[in-house]
Amino acid sequence: MANKTITRQELSSPRYEYGGDDWVFVELDEAMSFDANFKAQAITQEIRQNGPDGLIEVAPSNASYLIQFDPGTLHPDDLIDELKALEEEIDVSDYQWEARIFEIPVFYDDPWTHETVMDFRDRHQDPDSTDLEYSAEINGFDSVEAFIDHHSGAPHMVTMIGFVPGLPFCFQMVPRDEQIEVPKYEQPRTATPSRAVGFGGAFTAIYPVPGAGGYQLYGRTPVEVLDVDQKLSAFEDSMVLPNPGDIISFRQIDRDEYDSIREDVEDNSYQYNYSKIDFEPQAFFEDPHGYNEQLLEVLD
Amino acid sequence: MRILDGGLVTTVQDTGRYGHYHIGMPPSGAMDQFAHKVANWLVGNDESDATLEMTYMGADIEFAEDTVFAITGADMDPSLNDEEVPLWTAVQAEAGDTLAFEFATEGTRAYLAVAGGIDIEPVMGSRSTYTLIGIGGHEGRSLEEGDTLPIGSSSNAEEMIGTSIDEDNQPDYATHEINVVMGLCAYRLTDDGRDRFIDAEWKISDEADRVGYRFNGPDITDMFEKREQPFGAGPDVTNVVDLGYPVGSIQMAGQPIILMRDAVTGGGYTTVGTIVSPDRDLLSQCRTHNTVTFNAVDIDDALAMRRERDQTLEQIRTSLQEDSPSTDD
Repeated sequence: MANKTITRQELSSPRYEYGGDDWVFVELDEAMSFDANFKAQAITQEIRQNGPDGLIEVAPSNASYLIQFDPGTLHPDDLIDELKALEEEIDVSDYQWEARIFEIPVFYDDPWTHETVMDFRDRHQDPDSTDLEYSAEINGFDSVEAFIDHHSGAPHMVTMIGFVPGLPFCFQMVPRDEQIEVPKYEQPRTATPSRAVGFGGAFTAIYPVPGAGGYQLYGRTPVEVLDVDQKLSAFEDSMVLPNPGDIISFRQIDRDEYDSIREDVEDNSYQYNYSKIDFEPQAFFEDPHGYNEQLLEVLD
Repeated sequence: MRILDGGLVTTVQDTGRYGHYHIGMPPSGAMDQFAHKVANWLVGNDESDATLEMTYMGADIEFAEDTVFAITGADMDPSLNDEEVPLWTAVQAEAGDTLAFEFATEGTRAYLAVAGGIDIEPVMGSRSTYTLIGIGGHEGRSLEEGDTLPIGSSSNAEEMIGTSIDEDNQPDYATHEINVVMGLCAYRLTDDGRDRFIDAEWKISDEADRVGYRFNGPDITDMFEKREQPFGAGPDVTNVVDLGYPVGSIQMAGQPIILMRDAVTGGGYTTVGTIVSPDRDLLSQCRTHNTVTFNAVDIDDALAMRRERDQTLEQIRTSLQEDSPSTDD
């Protein structure tokens, strides 16, 4: 797989949309790509730092972003003019950022998500198989093991935090032809265990709290991505673990290791394995597999 | 003050928790911001002070000390020691008095403001309760029998006793036409689908709470344009690459769901428009099984509606300040 590249995506013309009288939604592209995501990150970071008065919320999403503002201070059309100018100015290959790379242990095919999966077979495309079996098959893998090896085999970029506090949407850092893609449930489940690792569209999600969900379920991590009371040391600055632009590497673990890590998390002694790196889009685009290997070397 | 009975769902709320949408944190805060703000002003508070939001069936409350309070929003036949209490009016309670509510006869949510505000520690800049992750308010949850809430200090409340809001300035909760700016991902609807969406009557389902209002009505899937789905979206016609949802937006997930103040902040269903901000207050007073219709307006109309609502609020605030001599010095 030497020197395979990430093909740069030509983005469609962005759509600027009014969300009632106090939101502006900008869809940079209908399809997911690193170009669309990095552009959303760059524009929202710039507007957050140097934007006009009247901004209330600035939130990047996967291939789009969302801004809430006070229309008494800022007219939506003036905001849109400013966003259009930024869109013209920003070149994502020049845009670099400091990211953290986290190792997230995952117990794939665990008993808790398996039970949930079996409880909701009537809402699934293929009631006769598990979510893992179905996803492996439609993505052309010979076995569930090969599918899991692929999912944990290359890191994932956190491209959006949302749905509920601390839920990361992660996009695997591989060329398009190696990306996994799966449908969401035909009808969302009413239950998902906390810390379940799911997949929908082209995104891995980690559910911070129990609740509804529509993603295919593959496993469960013993570590938290949301710590409301900020008792774990990795949450000193924020109640959520990763930010958009951070990177996650999933590591396969078994039941014994799951239980042991869980004990440490529950007594607040767990130390997350993470490091800081400077992420350079251009270097990643040119040689993603080589770049990912370098990234993973900085983890303990 | 002490909660004798929590009612159906009673939570501490304020104007909301802002600036954290990018970590998935919805604003929470009073569902009917108009009623919340006016309740506060009636007792001499800032609009951002915390009130109690009561849903359908109010709480029973015992005051531990002499307190000036006001109730706005839904009519739940409030009584103080069995004496009827007027809405939209500042009222004096004495230590030991009991305030009780019945089932709402008009509207859904009532707001109780006490002079000095509910004085609990803010979380991320707000006292609003967000029950999903258990933050804000009283222990991050709805109030229950036996809870006690501290009240802040107030300097100008006594002058407010007896003041009330002109009937002309009280909202009409019988209105069920909701103004919406179509857009976001409305390009996914066919022209015919868009028309049918606007022309339909939508019934509020049993699933209508602080998170969202789900509607029953015509089948929505045939309102969508068929397409080859873009990479990352998933195969259903209503799927998009997961994106941010504005508060007040209409999400097409099987049936339309209007996202309210505790809603999910993003996801992979198409959103087709956003309720204008004044009508988010009105929708939060609509009841389960009410029928609503959507009226499409453009951005200029939406901004005009907001200005009109802001002017009404400003008029109320100014007139209450004039009624209160202590603010003239």
